Amino acid sequence: MSSLGFEQFPDYQVPGVKHADFSPYESNGGSIVAIAGDDFAVIAADTRLSSGYNIHSRSQSKLFKLSPLTVLGSTGCWADTLSLTGLMKVRMQSYEHTHLRTMTTDAVAQMLSITMYNRRFFPYYVSNILAGIDKDGKGVVYSYDPIGHCEKATYRAGGTAGTLLQPVLDNQIGYKNMNLAASEVPKLTKERAVSVASDTFISAAERDIYTGDSVLINIITKDGIEVKELTLRQD
Amino acid sequence: MFRNQYDSDTTVWSPQGRLFQVEYAMEAVKQGAATVGLKSSDFAVLIALCRTSKDTNTLQRKIMPVDAHVGMSISGLTADARQVCQYMRTECMAYRHSYDSEFPIRRLVANLGNKLQATTQRYDRRPYGVGMLVAGYDEQGPHIFQVMPTANVLNCKAMAIGARSQSARTYLERNMEDFEGCTMDELICHGIQAIRGSLGHDDSSNLTINVAIVGKNLPFKMFTDAENHIYLTMAKVLGQPLSGEQDALSEGGMSDDEMLDQGPSGSGMPGNGASDADINASSSGH
Repeated sequence: MSSLGFEQFPDYQVPGVKHADFSPYESNGGSIVAIAGDDFAVIAADTRLSSGYNIHSRSQSKLFKLSPLTVLGSTGCWADTLSLTGLMKVRMQSYEHTHLRTMTTDAVAQMLSITMYNRRFFPYYVSNILAGIDKDGKGVVYSYDPIGHCEKATYRAGGTAGTLLQPVLDNQIGYKNMNLAASEVPKLTKERAVSVASDTFISAAERDIYTGDSVLINIITKDGIEVKELTLRQD
Repeated sequence: MFRNQYDSDTTVWSPQGRLFQVEYAMEAVKQGAATVGLKSSDFAVLIALCRTSKDTNTLQRKIMPVDAHVGMSISGLTADARQVCQYMRTECMAYRHSYDSEFPIRRLVANLGNKLQATTQRYDRRPYGVGMLVAGYDEQGPHIFQVMPTANVLNCKAMAIGARSQSARTYLERNMEDFEGCTMDELICHGIQAIRGSLGHDDSSNLTINVAIVGKNLPFKMFTDAENHIYLTMAKVLGQPLSGEQDALSEGGMSDDEMLDQGPSGSGMPGNGASDADINASSSGH
């Protein structure tokens, strides 16, 4: 991702001269899938951290529990991920001190959007998906672009295999492109959400080199967060 | 002591070497309702007498959480207390963010002391009109620190500040040796018994006792109304009869027997006439 502009000036490029390029960004890979139901939200992320063709870690969780009802999944540049989640934690603690209660998921979603846009001209190179339970007890999923554009959705896939996974979710959760009458669409259960999320990851690991090793799944309900782990291909 | 030609500015010394503005700031602390802090080998506890009003539903918080491992109770100007609390919270959060660990409390209160001292040496600022009892638990164990507008920071085994706090301090001094080995419940009961002496005989129905605790594997938490009530009842059962209100001057002249006779309503019976979460402290003359 070296886009410092040097390439646009062919006159300056002298043959044979090695020009060192520093890019502040690096993609550390990984994918996230999140699905929202009536009273639950499921968010899953793989645990592989890589850099080019090298693997940094096979067991790094990309899911950050911001509150008992809100989980943020973050992939992209790991340094930016850590910085952003650290900032979110501090802001949320400030909120708790002032308002004597935890931030609602919707409030966190908005704050994350603002925080990311504050860095409009040197963005966090992060693909964020926020999942949780809103103040009415319903599951919600918010997805973000690197500069904080926020969109509420029922299901979303992000990260390096995002484009591979999203169509699968469209079909299996959104029942798109199927000849199904509105009345025939079955209600989404927690078990189905978890199973679809797991299956999509198994597929992603097959084709995306940056996704693999294992998947951590967080199932968020008003009673708490259940954690499941699924082992994937280690190659 | 009051109203002389050396008390208009913090930056003016009196011929006796006193800074009157700083001493006047201490008076503000004495106006606030009493609060008590004490510690055992594993816990530090804060008890505060909160003034509630039936007409307004103010959240006049005397006990303020600062971080997971430290909190404080205040006596004096609430607005000044909020500023100080905000400062401490920011410091603790920044430390946690930078070092991924909790701010050692000794250093935190030392920094606070330095900040308070600056206000006593500038012509354009005044001392903070609030006294604090900082309770915390870190690697060095439990702590109770007293911080005053004079910027004095004292490491205490137990302490009480605020209006009529002398009787609480006397109780604490008498029972200090027992605190080390107390269980959590015993410690809280000691604290409640200490503060009962500071109730006074006026508007006692407007005062409620609030408890907060921090300790080993126990993040700082303020008790709910229900929990406060449980401990109040426990303390009443364990405690001696309320020995009547004393102020700093009359304390010395009474023997223990005389004090025992002066129970609530003069009957010497524990908890007589008390109701709900409020302790009715009507003592016969003092």
